Amino acid sequence: MEIDIMTIIVGGLLAIGLFFFLAGAIGIIRFPDFYSRLHPAGMIDSMGLLLSMSGLALFTLFDGGLCLASVLNSLKIALIVVFVYITSPTATHAIIDAGMRAGLKPWTKKRNPQSK
Amino acid sequence: MTLTTRADKSTAGMVKPLHDSRENAPERRLRPIPFIITFLVMMSMWVIFSGKFDPFHLTLGVISCLIVAYLSSDLLITATTLRKIPLLWGGFLFYFPWLLWQIVLANIHVLKLVFHPDMINRINPQMVHFKSKLKNDMALVTFANSITLTPGTITVSLSLYGDFSVHAIDDASASPLPGDMESKSGRIFGE
Repeated sequence: MEIDIMTIIVGGLLAIGLFFFLAGAIGIIRFPDFYSRLHPAGMIDSMGLLLSMSGLALFTLFDGGLCLASVLNSLKIALIVVFVYITSPTATHAIIDAGMRAGLKPWTKKRNPQSK
Repeated sequence: MTLTTRADKSTAGMVKPLHDSRENAPERRLRPIPFIITFLVMMSMWVIFSGKFDPFHLTLGVISCLIVAYLSSDLLITATTLRKIPLLWGGFLFYFPWLLWQIVLANIHVLKLVFHPDMINRINPQMVHFKSKLKNDMALVTFANSITLTPGTITVSLSLYGDFSVHAIDDASASPLPGDMESKSGRIFGE
């Protein structure tokens, strides 16, 4: 019975995480310009990765039994999230700064009234 | 964009604070406490990533961690923050859950926008400019990273004096800036 509950929790976390990945990909396609497309891309990094990785960490922790090897593996998976949370904003900032320095003007509603 | 504004931007960008903290550092000599802390952090990382506890691998770990700690202990822990370290980590432990909750809220907001049929009229991409009260450069970097980490807002540029330019996807994301996040990330660094 316990294993069943764990399967549901892990499966739910993975499913919601992958749903955020899908939403991020759809957002990248749907949003109008370079700058606004970076927002759903950040969504993939923050929510999708957090949920799917915590699902995987829980799975490793409980599937292998509570031994040292599975704890270490879960810690490694948790560290993926920590390092991505440090590097992902830096990368996003580098991309948006490159766009600004190249002189690409952001899409605004005022300049695109025909889009209605 | 002309060449002069480009040069201005690069000096006012994120490169300078790092340079400044190096200039303020005292002359290079090994300080024992930062060295020990750096060694312990590196060694725990080594143990987590290697997962092997036989003498051979542990010896390799000790040797490489000693070299890395010798080379970089003054980068990880600078002289000015040594006394504040417990406060810093304590503050960060309180800050991170709150930041995580803000990230969840912002994610749900952007998720709604992505799937909204009338998305193109709902969004209103805009640049927000404001001046931050924060002085500490690490506090500014933490604040800028937190802004970028929450979907819907991305830090475009940040000067040494705290002038922020933030790209926001719609009015709901833009209006709370600088908001709670500024004071909370400042509080970690004792401001």
